[in-house]
Amino acid sequence: MCDTCGCNLPAASVGESYKPVQQSATVSVLKHLLQRNNDQALHNRRHFDAHGVLAINLMSAPGSGKTTLLEATIDALRQTLRVAVIEGDLETENDAQRIRAKGIPAVQITTGTACHLDAHMVHKALHAVNLENIDVLFIENVGNLVCPASFDLGQHRNVVLLSATEGDDKPAKYPVMFRAADLMLITKSDLLPWLDDFYSAHAIRNLRNLASNAPVFELSARKDVGLAPWLQWVHSEYATQHARVAQPARARDG
Amino acid sequence: MHELSVCKALVNEVLRIAMQCDAVWVTGVRLRVGPLSGVVPALLAHAYPIAVAGTCAEGSLLAIDETPIRVRCAECGLETDTQMSRLLCAVCNSTQVALVSGDELLLESVELQLARVSDEVMEADHV
Repeated sequence: MCDTCGCNLPAASVGESYKPVQQSATVSVLKHLLQRNNDQALHNRRHFDAHGVLAINLMSAPGSGKTTLLEATIDALRQTLRVAVIEGDLETENDAQRIRAKGIPAVQITTGTACHLDAHMVHKALHAVNLENIDVLFIENVGNLVCPASFDLGQHRNVVLLSATEGDDKPAKYPVMFRAADLMLITKSDLLPWLDDFYSAHAIRNLRNLASNAPVFELSARKDVGLAPWLQWVHSEYATQHARVAQPARARDG
Repeated sequence: MHELSVCKALVNEVLRIAMQCDAVWVTGVRLRVGPLSGVVPALLAHAYPIAVAGTCAEGSLLAIDETPIRVRCAECGLETDTQMSRLLCAVCNSTQVALVSGDELLLESVELQLARVSDEVMEADHV
């Protein structure tokens, strides 16, 4: 009807139409989209540091042997390091129960339909973990080679598992995940002699093509083969973390 | 798969900025996204209208600047564009490279319709 009072405008904009002065502005932001998650992750990391805890994020496809690796690791570290586990799954407490059966504290996060853990979920789970009593916290992420890579949880190290049955081209197919790895483990290595389409050398070459210098170990947790380098790595990372947290907080965060 | 959660985090941040600037309406949002962020721009664009529905950003335009994957080689010193699954120096194949661009997941800017004239909100440090 008219162009002055706004009565011809769609309903949504009527409320603002009477205002005498309208101004549009472009606000420059330049912030990470997941800034809130990253802030929470930093908070988690400081929390770990304050207690001298090393936090390791385990990521892989479903069924590549994360929980089995943890079971074997818990047995092997029992005399030397105090371990706790946060388990991430869409549904069920099965994995946490397997860990608890070893006499180790385990908190299950069931994400429902969410395909990854985020820093807020981990923070909530930390309320059920007494960090005073542990040296190493393993966070078993949701089995998924895509989404978990985008969310910092506050961990100190990322370990990515690649099982021999998955295919040696996985690092090339899922570069975002594999380039985030501080260590790659080729699991179910006892099956390698029977698989004619998985060559560890190819998997390693695909990882190196991502400009990653991360160490790679082959192991079979079920058959107790090749665990020593992995356990040595955990010990040495714990020693590094221990030395790091002994420094003043400012030097650490800088 | 996780684009909707990324989108929700984005919209929360946009609405926070809009409120802080006393804006009545968000008209546009500009992002910078690299392939190595793990977020697919097309899926993000698809999730956006769902995430802004019923907010003062409903109907706003989402612009996504996609950045190339670019590495700087520590050995030959050159900067080259490269591929997702091959992040080596494209010239000398060295693994001693630093990523220059390609992993961005940034909220670059927000376009707002303001309720009143104010110079303050134009300053980025008020965001």
